[in-house]
Amino acid sequence: MSKQAATLFDKVWDSHVVRKIEDGPDVFFIDRHFIHEVTSPVAFLGLESRGLKVIFPEKTFATADHNTPTINQHLPVQDPLSANQLKALETNSSKYGISHWGLGNPKNGIVHVVGPENGITLPGMTIVCGDSHTSTHGAFGAIAFGIGTSEVEMVLSSQCIMQPKPKKMRIKVNGKLGKGITPKDVVLYIISKLTAAGATGYFVEFAGEVFENMSMEGRMTVCNMSIEMGARGGMIAPDETTFAYIKGREKAPQGEAWDKALAYWKTLKTEEGAAFDLEHNFDAADIEPMITYGTNPGMGIGITQHIPTAQQIGGSKASYDKSLDYMGFHEDEEMLGKKVDYVFIGSCTNGRIEDFRAFASIVKGRKKAEHITAWIVPGSHIVEQQIKDEGILDILTEAGFQLRQPGCSACLAMNDDKIPAGKYAVSTSNRNFEGRQGPGARTLLASPLVAAAAAVTGVVTDPRELI
Amino acid sequence: MAYDKFTVLKSSAVPMPIENVDTDQIIPARFLKATERKGFGDNLFRDWRYNNDNSPKKDFVLNNTIYSGKILVAGRNFGSGSSREHAAWAIYDYGFRCVVSSFFADIFKNNSLNIGILPVQVSPAFLDNIFTAIEADPNTQLEVNLPEQTITILATGEKESFDINGYKKHNMMNGYDDIDYLQSLKTEIQSFAAKSMY
Repeated sequence: MSKQAATLFDKVWDSHVVRKIEDGPDVFFIDRHFIHEVTSPVAFLGLESRGLKVIFPEKTFATADHNTPTINQHLPVQDPLSANQLKALETNSSKYGISHWGLGNPKNGIVHVVGPENGITLPGMTIVCGDSHTSTHGAFGAIAFGIGTSEVEMVLSSQCIMQPKPKKMRIKVNGKLGKGITPKDVVLYIISKLTAAGATGYFVEFAGEVFENMSMEGRMTVCNMSIEMGARGGMIAPDETTFAYIKGREKAPQGEAWDKALAYWKTLKTEEGAAFDLEHNFDAADIEPMITYGTNPGMGIGITQHIPTAQQIGGSKASYDKSLDYMGFHEDEEMLGKKVDYVFIGSCTNGRIEDFRAFASIVKGRKKAEHITAWIVPGSHIVEQQIKDEGILDILTEAGFQLRQPGCSACLAMNDDKIPAGKYAVSTSNRNFEGRQGPGARTLLASPLVAAAAAVTGVVTDPRELI
Repeated sequence: MAYDKFTVLKSSAVPMPIENVDTDQIIPARFLKATERKGFGDNLFRDWRYNNDNSPKKDFVLNNTIYSGKILVAGRNFGSGSSREHAAWAIYDYGFRCVVSSFFADIFKNNSLNIGILPVQVSPAFLDNIFTAIEADPNTQLEVNLPEQTITILATGEKESFDINGYKKHNMMNGYDDIDYLQSLKTEIQSFAAKSMY
C-alpha cells in the first residue's frame, strides 16, 4: 500500500507522538517550552506539592513580559502583586535551572518576539507556552500553540502534554496585495470572513502566493492571530525566507549542525495531493486596510466600508447589539472619520521592527494629532535598539511621540498602560474584547499603518491617502 | 491538581444566553496576578457582575437570586480568547462543575477537563430548549450523566447525548489527572527525547 501524501502539519505532529492512546489524546512531545510570570507560578507550586522535578530544564525558556512596566524599568516594580509574580518567575527559574530573561536583561521582551529573534524557534519544532499567542511561532513551520497552567506543569515535569490531534485546514490567499495592505490586514480579513470561531478544532496551514512573498515578521503576525479565528494554531511551510531569517541568530544551529538541520527543514512541506479536512481560498485583490468595529476580532471590515447590520452578520441579535452598545457604534455607520483617543503600537502581533518602520513611514514629516495619546512599545530590547539605530526614534520624536520600554503593555493592560473607560484606541494588538485594554476601553484593531494614520490625523483614516 | 470525581450531576442551572463569551470576560487580566490558585471565584465575570464602586449590577444573571446551581448554560463559542486557565479556575471556584453550550473554544475545553469541570456540548436546538425551560421555571433541574454521556431536562424529559473521549471520561469519573499518567511514562519519554533533534 502506498503511503498517503502528508501535510506539513502531519509530518511535524506525527514525529512528536510518544504514544497513542486508544479513544484518547496523543502523548505529545514538546521541543521548546516558553514560560512567563503569569501562567507559570501555580504550575511550579504543583510540581512542588507532588515532589516532581523539571525533566529537561534546557528545553524551557523564561521571560517576563505580561506584567512589566513600560517606563522606568530600572526601578523596582511598583505594583506589589506584579513584583511578586516577577520574583516568583526568577526564583523558580533559578531553582530548577531554567534560562531566565527578566527585566533589565538585554534579551528581555515579549515571549513571542524574543523566541524567534534569538534563534530559539526553529522549523519542525513543537512549541508551547501558557499563552494563546504561542501560535506566532508557526510562522517557522513549527507546531506551536497555547496551553493552560495544568499543561505547563505537565511539560515541566514530563516534556509532554496529552493532546488529541486537531483537524487540518488550509487557507490559501493568492494574487498580489495592493498598496498599503499589510499582513495584519490579511489576517483580519480572513478572520472577518471565517468568524472568531470559524477555525475551532482545526490547525491551519497558510499557503499561496501572498504568504510565499511575505516576510518572516509578516508571517508571525498572521500566525499570531490564527487563535483569533479559534484555530489551535497556524503554520507556514519553511522556505528560503525562513532559512535566511534564522541563519546567524544566537541560538540557531551553526556549521555542520546547520547543514543537517537545513536538510531536514527542506522536507517540511505539504505533499502534492495531501488531504485537508477543510480548505478556504481568498483573493489578495479583495483585501483593504482593515479595522474592527465590535468586541471580537471577527467583527472587522475594510476601512472604507460601513458597519454591517445584525442581519448581514447572522448569529444572535442580542449578542450583536450588546457588542455595538459597548463600542458606542450603530449599524451601518461609517468608520472613516471617527474620533480616536489612543493609539497603541506594539504587542506580539505588531511589536517587531517592520511594524515600527511601517508606522514611521506615515509619521515622517507629520506631527502627532494633539488630542492623541500614543503608546509606542517595542516587542523587545533588540527591537528597541533597532528603532534607535535605524533613525526611527528621531522621526517619532520630531513628530511628538515618545518611545516606551518593551513588554505586552496595553495589549492586555496588566500593567499601568490601560485605556480609560469609554475612550477609543486604535490598537495593533490582537484582541478587542470588552475591557481587554482596561475596564470600559473601546478597541479598534488595525495595522501599524492604520494606527499611524490615526495618530497623525486623530481620526480613523485610510492610510493609503497618506502614503 | 486533583479534583472531585464527576459521575452524575443533578442541579438547577444559571442561564447566560450570550455568544462568544471570551476568557477576558470570565476573568479580566488584572485579576491574574496571584501566584496561588485561590480566590478567583470572587472575580468571576467581574466587569459584567459589578459596577465600578463594587456594587452588584442588578441585571447580571449571577446577581439574580432566582437562578442558582452547579451548571452554567451559555451561548455559542464559550471560552474563546486567552489560554488563561484562571478562567476555568474562577468557574470552578464559584461553584460550577459543568458548563453547557452549543460550541466551546478548544483551549477552554482542555483547561476545563484538566481541572474537573465538564464541558457539555449540545446541539443549538437543545441549547434553546434548555434556555426556554429555565425561562419558564428558574428552578428547572438538569441531569448530566457522564457514564451514559447524556444530558436531560428533567421537567420535560428531553434528552441528548454528548461526546467526550474515553480517556478524559475515565479521568473525570475517577478524579485522575494527566500528570500522574505522564509520570508513569517517564522512561519512554526519556528515550524518545534522546532521539529528538532538538
